[in-house]
Amino acid sequence: MAIDSEVLVVGGGIAGITAAIAAAREGADTRLVSHKASTLRQASGLIDALGYLPATEPAKPLREGPPTAGRNLDPDEWPDPEGPLADPFEAIDRLPEDHPYRLVGADALREGLDLFDDLVGDAYLGGHTDRNALVPTFGGSVKPTARYPASAAAGIASDDRPALIVGFRSLTEYDARTFADRLAAAGVPFDVAGAEVEFAEAFRADAKITRLAKALDRDEPIDGTPAREALAKAVGPHLHDVVDGEGGVDRVERVGFPAFLGDDHPAEVRAELADRLGADVFEIPMGPPSLPGLRLEDLLYDALDDAGVRFETGTPAVGYEVDADGGGGSGGDGDGDRIDHLVMDRKGSEVPYGAEAVVLATGGLVGKGLDSDRDGVREPVLDLHVPQPADRYEWFVDDAFGEQPYARFGVRPDERLRPLDESGEVAYGNVRVAGAVVGGADVAREKSASGVSLATGLVAGREAAREVRQ
Amino acid sequence: MTRHMENDDEAEGTDEPHGGCGCGGTDGTPQPTVPEIGRDERPAIFVPDDGDGAGAAGSDSAGSSAADGPAEPDATDAPRPATDGGVESATGGSDSTELDPDAYDPIDVFPEGDLDLRDGADSCYKCTSCDTSCPVAEVDDEFPGPKFQGPEQWRLKRKEDHDIDESITSCSNCMRCDDACPSSVPLSQMHNEARGQFVEEQMEKLSVEYVRNRILANYRTSARLASVVPRLSSFAMNFGPARWAMDKLLGIPKERDFPEFATTTFREWWRDRGGAQVENPDKRVAYFHGCYSNYNTPEVGKAMVRVYEHFGYEVLVPPQKCSGTPMFANGMLKDARRHAETNVENLIEAIGDGADVIASCTSCSMSLRQEYPELFDIHGIEDVSDHTFEALEYLRIHEDLDGALADARPEDDRSFAYHAPCHARNQGLARQAVETFRDVDGVELEDVGDSCSGISGTYGWKSEKYEKSMQIGEEMFEHMEDADGEVGMTECPTCAMQMEHGTGYEIEHPLQLLEETVVA
Repeated sequence: MAIDSEVLVVGGGIAGITAAIAAAREGADTRLVSHKASTLRQASGLIDALGYLPATEPAKPLREGPPTAGRNLDPDEWPDPEGPLADPFEAIDRLPEDHPYRLVGADALREGLDLFDDLVGDAYLGGHTDRNALVPTFGGSVKPTARYPASAAAGIASDDRPALIVGFRSLTEYDARTFADRLAAAGVPFDVAGAEVEFAEAFRADAKITRLAKALDRDEPIDGTPAREALAKAVGPHLHDVVDGEGGVDRVERVGFPAFLGDDHPAEVRAELADRLGADVFEIPMGPPSLPGLRLEDLLYDALDDAGVRFETGTPAVGYEVDADGGGGSGGDGDGDRIDHLVMDRKGSEVPYGAEAVVLATGGLVGKGLDSDRDGVREPVLDLHVPQPADRYEWFVDDAFGEQPYARFGVRPDERLRPLDESGEVAYGNVRVAGAVVGGADVAREKSASGVSLATGLVAGREAAREVRQ
Repeated sequence: MTRHMENDDEAEGTDEPHGGCGCGGTDGTPQPTVPEIGRDERPAIFVPDDGDGAGAAGSDSAGSSAADGPAEPDATDAPRPATDGGVESATGGSDSTELDPDAYDPIDVFPEGDLDLRDGADSCYKCTSCDTSCPVAEVDDEFPGPKFQGPEQWRLKRKEDHDIDESITSCSNCMRCDDACPSSVPLSQMHNEARGQFVEEQMEKLSVEYVRNRILANYRTSARLASVVPRLSSFAMNFGPARWAMDKLLGIPKERDFPEFATTTFREWWRDRGGAQVENPDKRVAYFHGCYSNYNTPEVGKAMVRVYEHFGYEVLVPPQKCSGTPMFANGMLKDARRHAETNVENLIEAIGDGADVIASCTSCSMSLRQEYPELFDIHGIEDVSDHTFEALEYLRIHEDLDGALADARPEDDRSFAYHAPCHARNQGLARQAVETFRDVDGVELEDVGDSCSGISGTYGWKSEKYEKSMQIGEEMFEHMEDADGEVGMTECPTCAMQMEHGTGYEIEHPLQLLEETVVA
């Protein structure tokens, strides 16, 4: 006896969730399993589609021979990427031919974003236009992104109102004044100043970000003053810190905070702070620990529940069994073998999970959907083919910001997202791949990770549901 | 530990073909792979086991190397496993003749005894996913979070003379960090080891705190005594002046009500009914009822028996002691090991008779499955781990529950506010009750969200933690009150106490609802 469902999605990130909801909306009985709690909590919470077109050819041809030969004499040079792109959709045709966007098409990205908008409702903005928004991020740079949390809305860089950036001495990974300087250096069209205020000092030095968020959620008294009031009081004296080009000083109209303004009640926290400060309040998306990521995780898992998807975390896929009937029998299209069930590890006990179609959305090298060692790069769940140069020296180029071949490693699928084997044939007819496990995109340089997950997740989920109906 | 080390799996010869399912035996008969006697039984790193410690381990390992033959020199000849996985051969990757392999002895670089956590510490890339999942860090500034308590403190400890930081006692052992870690760092194992060392070496044994923790950790002992005169105990333990004194003298918060003791324990009921009513050598389970189902809520145990017998299982009820959960949480590893020895001995015997082990308390199943093999090396402990399941989980795997529930409905419509215990979450079981009853007519089961109840076993039973415990629980209380159901549901006895304490609701176990719908 196995735990059965029609569609089994492996992976709890954006690609897996999108695939599961897409399949469920097509009427398939769908289950999502993930090895660990979702790593969305490590993500910024921004939904990027395509921000840059990185060069795929060096400025001058790479020298012959292994890259390490003459490294210091003859470094390779790569042109700056094209961007930031105003419109992610129009640039898709200029991506490499085997890019996932080229496989599934610009419409898949559009529909993936539509689905996302539908799932998160008014918690996210940016869906009113095809164009990218420019959102200041944690490092003081400005990032082109397709959707951003409502909490970041007042901070977007195309807004010309003067802004104050607030920081805290005890948050060592973040310096408000440096941040403001970097924004100014990036040429933003508004005046900006950074100020370090006394608030987090009321907590012990190694209090966690979640502690600050919880205190604001609950409006806990900080030395007798409610937390939100205490924070507003600390910021108050700095509202005139911004100096404009002529040396004049204006009261700022918006104030940016590191993203810890509440976990369960962020809108309420922002509204009260805005009220007390007489200025709009926004959050600056951060690296981990990321409250916007945690909130997105909550939103999307609620959406999974609403869509009727069954889901569980803590169960890694550790094996599989192919259909005993042999390849291609029941699918009718004669493509490859068929997976009968996956084997999940339940704290040491192995339990079969049967499915008619499987979506593999296990992530890339960071998410451990791809595994690597000195011998090569592998896809560990179904042992799918991952094309790669045999010589490890061809996995990378010298310039850290160059076209790194390893960044595009991954499973190569056909346009229906069925994984291909070494000879270019469909490996498993009832498997679809989605998200970062799919090769061909350099999502870090392109700023395309979420978009690729949404587009491929949507197609993979629909395809899986179609597989079930056949 | 073994979960994360592929080498271990291979060494134990359990490398089944890809996809092989070890859950029920592939050829019909269950085959517990009981290891050969003489397997190396390592003592825990921080708490050497008196008496049966070093001496026994030494002779055992010598015996096993003789029995296994010389084919695996790296596994049996070395006095200890290599500390950093794979570099014990100094010639590996180098063909330089200048390097003298004998000059390298990585085993001695970090001499930390036999239970080595370096592999886990090295896997941490400081993403802080553990910290964001920690319910204590959300409310307690003094608690520096699981990342510090685990890999960071472990690294600090590599230098001499560093005490374990006292804040380890604020970890509630909810184990959420384990499930959050994308890199499979054995966080809770590190916490358990550190806490064990702190209690063993740094805690004043005559302190009120130690005495109180020892009492709380050894709930089974108190419960056994109290059950002799259950009515009197239930009265006396909640008697106002007595509770005031307990708060003042022992640090047990007077706000909490002690659970009532059943007038007939589960084991008494089992004996009186004449044991199993179904005999079936092909479908056999050994019930690990734990302390709470025995002394406080025998109705859960009875439901387990009736449901399983309904599905044709022969239920065994082996002798057993505490699973160890409250002992781990209080760093009382010696107590836990003593109990574990009894449990493993009896459960492995049942497994030998073809049974799988079923627990109705998710902390008990968590302990048998994960903490046992992580913390102790007792003969057969891995097999107990591999053969243990939660009660509903097992039925969902082996029986057509959806089919059985398709036409079932309770006598009266029932509506519940369901809370998934952290320890269920960590076994991948957070949603199983909701899923099981989702389509059952006349049953509404609303998941009140993924927050922690805040009691975490004995954590909320300490006066100095009481307030934090209630702050953590606040979100769950609110969501319970928002839910339609006026009855709570959970698998964990202490979560149930907290749910009742915070909302006044009665709390049931999913097995009771299953009994009501399927058996009745």
